[in-house]
Amino acid sequence: MKPSDQMKQVQLQIMWDRLIAVVEEQAQTLIRTAFSTSTREAGDVSAGVYNTSGDMLAQAVTGTPGHVNAMAESVKHFVADFAWNELTQGDVLITNDPWKGTGHLHDFTVVTPIFRDGRPIAIFACTTHVVDIGGLGFVADGREVYEEGFYIPPMFLARAGTMNDDLLGLVRANVREPAQVEGDLYSLAACNEAGGRRLLEMMTEYGLEDIEDLGQMIIDSSRKAMQDAIRELPNGSWTSSMTTDGYEADVTLCATLTIEDEKIRIDFDGTSGESSYGINVPLSYTKAYGSFGLRCVIGNKVPNNAGSLGAIEVTAPLGTIVNARPPRAVCARHVIGQMLPDVVYGCLHQAVEGMAPAEGTSSIWAPILMNAPENGARTGEFTITMFNTGGTGARPTKDGLNCTAFPSGIRNVPVEISETMAPIVLWRKDFRQDSGGPGKFRGGAGQIIEASLRSEDAFAFSAMFDRVNNPPRGRADGGMGLPGEVVSSTGTQQRVKGKQVIPAGQRLVLKTPGGGGYGAAFERDPAYVVEDVRLGFITIDTAARDYGVVLYEDLKVNEAETARLRADASA
Amino acid sequence: MTKATKGRIRLSADIGGTFTDVVLETSDQQYARKVLTTHQAPEMGVLKGINVVLEAGNVDIGDVDLIIHGTTLATNTLIERNGANTVLVTTEGFIDVIEMGYENRFEQYDINVVKPKLLVDRSQRFGVTERLAANGDTLIELDEGSVRALVPKYREMGVESIAICLLHAYVDGRHEDRVEAIFREELPGVLISKSSAIAPEIREYERTCTTVANAYVQPQMAGYLGNLDQALREMGATCPLFLMTSGGGLATVETASQYPVRLVESGPAGGAILAAQVAQECNLDEVLSYDMGGTTAKICLIDSGRPKMSRTFEVDRQYRFMKGSGMPIRIPVIEMVEIGAGGGSIGHIDQMGRVQVGPESAGSEPGPACYDLGGTRPAVTDANLVLGNLDADNFAGGRMKLSVDNANEALGTHIADKLGMTSEIAAFAMREVVDENMSNAARVHAIEAGKNVSTRTMVAFGGGAPMHVSRMAEKLGIDRVIVPTGAGVGSAVGFLRAPVAYEVVRSHHVRLNEPDADAVNAMIADMRAEAEAVVHAGAEGVETEEECHALMRYVGQGHELLIKVPTHEMSADELRGMIKVFDKVYEDNYSRSVPAMGVEALTWTLTVRTVADKALHATGQTKFNEGSRAPTIGTRKIFDAESGIYLTAQVYDRDAVTPGQIMTGPAAIVEEQTTTILSKNFRATLNSLGYIDIRRNQGDEA
Repeated sequence: MKPSDQMKQVQLQIMWDRLIAVVEEQAQTLIRTAFSTSTREAGDVSAGVYNTSGDMLAQAVTGTPGHVNAMAESVKHFVADFAWNELTQGDVLITNDPWKGTGHLHDFTVVTPIFRDGRPIAIFACTTHVVDIGGLGFVADGREVYEEGFYIPPMFLARAGTMNDDLLGLVRANVREPAQVEGDLYSLAACNEAGGRRLLEMMTEYGLEDIEDLGQMIIDSSRKAMQDAIRELPNGSWTSSMTTDGYEADVTLCATLTIEDEKIRIDFDGTSGESSYGINVPLSYTKAYGSFGLRCVIGNKVPNNAGSLGAIEVTAPLGTIVNARPPRAVCARHVIGQMLPDVVYGCLHQAVEGMAPAEGTSSIWAPILMNAPENGARTGEFTITMFNTGGTGARPTKDGLNCTAFPSGIRNVPVEISETMAPIVLWRKDFRQDSGGPGKFRGGAGQIIEASLRSEDAFAFSAMFDRVNNPPRGRADGGMGLPGEVVSSTGTQQRVKGKQVIPAGQRLVLKTPGGGGYGAAFERDPAYVVEDVRLGFITIDTAARDYGVVLYEDLKVNEAETARLRADASA
Repeated sequence: MTKATKGRIRLSADIGGTFTDVVLETSDQQYARKVLTTHQAPEMGVLKGINVVLEAGNVDIGDVDLIIHGTTLATNTLIERNGANTVLVTTEGFIDVIEMGYENRFEQYDINVVKPKLLVDRSQRFGVTERLAANGDTLIELDEGSVRALVPKYREMGVESIAICLLHAYVDGRHEDRVEAIFREELPGVLISKSSAIAPEIREYERTCTTVANAYVQPQMAGYLGNLDQALREMGATCPLFLMTSGGGLATVETASQYPVRLVESGPAGGAILAAQVAQECNLDEVLSYDMGGTTAKICLIDSGRPKMSRTFEVDRQYRFMKGSGMPIRIPVIEMVEIGAGGGSIGHIDQMGRVQVGPESAGSEPGPACYDLGGTRPAVTDANLVLGNLDADNFAGGRMKLSVDNANEALGTHIADKLGMTSEIAAFAMREVVDENMSNAARVHAIEAGKNVSTRTMVAFGGGAPMHVSRMAEKLGIDRVIVPTGAGVGSAVGFLRAPVAYEVVRSHHVRLNEPDADAVNAMIADMRAEAEAVVHAGAEGVETEEECHALMRYVGQGHELLIKVPTHEMSADELRGMIKVFDKVYEDNYSRSVPAMGVEALTWTLTVRTVADKALHATGQTKFNEGSRAPTIGTRKIFDAESGIYLTAQVYDRDAVTPGQIMTGPAAIVEEQTTTILSKNFRATLNSLGYIDIRRNQGDEA
């Protein structure tokens, strides 16, 4: 290589590093200026930069893989839908189309072309979940997308720097929290602008006319790194399926993983058909979570971009719940979508042992609490979203994580913040004993949450839960995690999905699932079992029953009894 | 001048991991000494160092006017998990708040994340029956029986320290007060930290972590500080002993023993104070402080001579330098970003064939390959040697000879050969990556603070910073850099410049379009009384100044901006006027304000501090005497990052240059502890204080 080419190679790398810093900056700007709880407290955003063909070059590492990969698809739609040569500096595009965006109307994607000397040279895009979009609210009860809120096809949010007041007026008129939603739209526009400014500065510094060479280098070297990682896996095809709770009936999710030299294909043939409620998943969101699980264990140091994402192809037959057609209702698409990594891990485990964790809670338990329709006048109108988690599946060499989001990367909302923002009280939020699935490595523990109104009036909640009828399964002989529960404080079972009312004087009790175990529980090191009992993650009875470890009152191991139990089990 | 700052004879001691630095300053002299840190009984090392330095200065301890002490002891206790036998008492049903944390993974793409080990495990956390509402109303009265029931258990456990953190105690601490009273009565001698005193701020996870950390280090720190103070008295000291806090202020032994968590990370604060002093001396409004040593670089923003403050800090990150992987601590702290980039940081190639540097460091053993002490992998120092930034024959004052061959070989084997490039280009790649990492961190840090970076002057100190600073300035579009003198014991010198200061924090929600001015005024008066009591205890009769800030946001937003608030009594109109102030700051930060949104204030802080030594102000004058060139001691070849070739650079001996004489890049300005590199885009002179003042050549684009 000529010295000048060597220099250029180094400079391209440095610019790549800079691009990643630029999108981090873009995401930070969004998080710091956003209004909706999910964005500001929980980091439910994504931000990225694209070349003018719509290929993603860099993306910020933020809370939601579902946005991230879906946004990569989304920009392609904008590139196709708009006459690119007619756009000018200061134009900002927007949509919340579930099929062209990130899967439901609550997510706004904003796309901003960046110009240099009058020529478009890059695209910045970002996504966030707004607090309300009208319609039924954030619930799984919709029957068609029309009921789920205000639908904005790809259009202008700003033209040549002037905000589209007609659109803003329509948004304000159609949502329950107009000021906050409008504020979020401003934040989205501002963060792209900040990213664009920074990119232009870099181009000046390096004397670049465009970022085509840089983009190609990023895509090529990322693709190659992924291909190298995939080539280390065996070729073949494996199928796995998993049943989840669904809305009106159980849903079967079925995946076939095919590894062929340097390419991975995931197809969801065999999956249940569409639901008649709002748990359907547009394909873009399926692609995001379908590939995310694998990206965590294969080439996980390779940054996300068109090259690395392109190495994994995700497909699903049209009309399945994971490739739902308009106008199916999609509001709670995350409940099904976030289950997809577990299904794919079921395939991967057959291909290579020791890479895939056991099944976990997977879907975020995010109850939306609101005033009961009939007594809004007394309690005040309010809506509050809280993010709670259950246990993750045990890892091949480690216990699962207690109450931790996976695959979502979202953060919880502090109890004190929730109680400040809405007239509610959370009476309890602590680990749920005996919930983690037994195994050589234990599944993560779930938690128990109790909520009511301060006034003890009746209140409504939107249930979008899962793993109540179908608990997370263990892997490699690991046991199941405890299923979730949704009940009132009097013990009345509540539906797993749908808006319901908790009567006056009662509380809503949520018990989130524990993760599945990994490996045979009777092979678990007794010292770990003792520790779990000491810390209250399991009871002394569970230690004997599930793990074959018999303990005295003082938590010393009864070696003889333990040996006998464990020998019986292996006989 | 005032009493606290006029002190003719001042002494400071900074306990580090290896050395304890002690500095004695008299009206005309400065004596600095290093003694080995005595880990078993750190006060021994301090006392020894003090004796050594007193002897050197021929000063009697009784004549010393002020002793200032900084220590990493609290930090080490947290990191090594060797603190007191501690329990946490919290609201029933919420004992797991501290373990659930944010319920997320700090590394999105790693399924094998391991969460940090807790200071109190589940068997050390207890719920008591009580509950306050978000507005402070009682939902459940405190059941004192549920508190007393814990007493025998704690006796049996041998509990030394108790952390109390009840929900919504930031609004009203009455339940915490009562719990404390019961334990004081039943368990005399056990230390108690309550969240309403330690960190009265909304967000239970962070408040709990802070309170527990305080409880965890308190017995040790209180014991150590008591011993040290007593030993100093026995030696004959009559002056006050002050502790350096993470916020860059000084606290009395009594305050520090009560809030030892505020001593965490006080060492690096010294460096920032030094940079702040340089800013004042050179009359610089906006400074970017840049400190680079052997393993890390630290960056800090300094505005109007004052380091940027924060209330969030993370200690003991599980994954080095990764946000979210440590324990969050809410204390007043000088806000710094730390990057795993130092002279010892090692270069390697990642899966995509990209050169990566750090965070792994070669440390001092085996050290960079060029030290010839057995290191074989390329470190940043190796790259600097190959690029001509270091002189193999004049390293550390010529006491250590560096091996260019070793450096080339390490770069060749681990980087150049794999990528098909020369070892020079590989060295350049490592330097570019490190400089880019630091620049990006500085830029993002500024963005997060809503500040611009390119208009700032950099102040560079620490062994590595002067070598990297001109390239950083190029990347950041910065036009001016100051390299002060004698930054080797920067922290201990910085301590001597710190004011006696105390920050009080309160959570108090105010909607600014309908403010209750009386409530705000009463709160501020109350905070002032509390802060003044602490500061006056340490600096009686000394002139003080105060500053009040509120964390404000648009109603419903989640992240706040720090807005300066008047400290006088405010009318409702004046409070409403803060909306405009907020709009302006918001617009400065994020390009546009949001129309027709209400503004709310959540958290208020009030700081009282002794007035800084105004005599320092603008004492550093710079004049470029055009036509007067500094004497050179030779030339060497230095790699130019922009053109990609080696250029012939002038070498200057810093000690031989007089203020006003001009040095032009490319150049190396050598001194014993470090070398300052000027790229071809810069020239420099010394100012009247002997600091190197570097300017971008006019006509260059900034």
